[in-house]
Amino acid sequence: MHELAITQHVLDITLNHAEGRRVTDIYLVVGQLSSYVDDSVQFFWDFISKGTPAEAARLHFRREPALLGCHGCGGSAPLTKDFTCPNCGSEAVTIESGEEFYIEAIEIEMEEVST
Amino acid sequence: MTTKRIAVVENVLSANDRLAEDNRRLLDSARVFALNIMASPGAGKTSLIEQTVQRLAAELRVGVIEGDLATSIDAERAEAAGAVSVQINTGGNCHLEAPMVRDALAQLPLNEMDLLIIENVGNLVCPAGWKLGTHLNVLVASVPEGADKPYKYPSMYNDVDILVVNKIDLLPYVTFDMDFFKRGVEILNPGVTTFPLSCRTGEGLDAWLNWLKTSVADFRSTR
Repeated sequence: MHELAITQHVLDITLNHAEGRRVTDIYLVVGQLSSYVDDSVQFFWDFISKGTPAEAARLHFRREPALLGCHGCGGSAPLTKDFTCPNCGSEAVTIESGEEFYIEAIEIEMEEVST
Repeated sequence: MTTKRIAVVENVLSANDRLAEDNRRLLDSARVFALNIMASPGAGKTSLIEQTVQRLAAELRVGVIEGDLATSIDAERAEAAGAVSVQINTGGNCHLEAPMVRDALAQLPLNEMDLLIIENVGNLVCPAGWKLGTHLNVLVASVPEGADKPYKYPSMYNDVDILVVNKIDLLPYVTFDMDFFKRGVEILNPGVTTFPLSCRTGEGLDAWLNWLKTSVADFRSTR
């Protein structure tokens, strides 16, 4: 529902870093536990980027899995639905990652320097 | 045309986070202690606010910001209980954001308040990511929702400072595995302060109210 607001934030941050130069690609990192829908952001992107230097830029989403850290075996594993360690069955776990949602990098066009 | 990659590494919600910090500064300077109450629809957010305002009205000056999709039913309940209130209708938005709270703060007599309670939109997903500038985030869980909610909505349980478990008077009538619930909470949020209570019978409310009074007093004595 709030992907429009999210997409506006992505555009604002992108234009801020691009400083007027044309943007071709935007690399986003989205944790599995963050509640954002790639397709929906892409849908709004095509509308709100129109007429800006980031128009038609390609959005790349890298989904980061949610990981649990196990105090039983000391390992790290993808989050299971009942929060037990899939390796040793221990219930002594903590959530290590999965909440990320940030712009990692953007790609901008550079003027050719003639020699 | 060649292209060049520029490292950004900026949180997508950074603009909201900055506005939340502004809200926090405003609340700090007015010495108003603020709570952001989140829960699924029907967990009892408004009932908890109603009980809290009624029972503290003699000691604390309370303001309430009600976030709702379209109606002002909740703001009317808060006012009837004795609070000054402002209604934010999000027009379909599923959560409150820092700019909406900034606008609502401008409509409240902050210098004549001790405590601000913000009731977020009923939703266990979206409000978790949007900071408002409050001092604490409070999650109201309720027994009829089922014990699996921490496992299904980890980012909400992960982030809160205080957990209220409402409707404990219904424990004899519904299936709710308290141990399973507590285990999920403990993994996501070790040691989180928890208040099991019933807004309907009043059981457990004193512990919550005493904690809240102490928190407000501690906060105001340091500002």
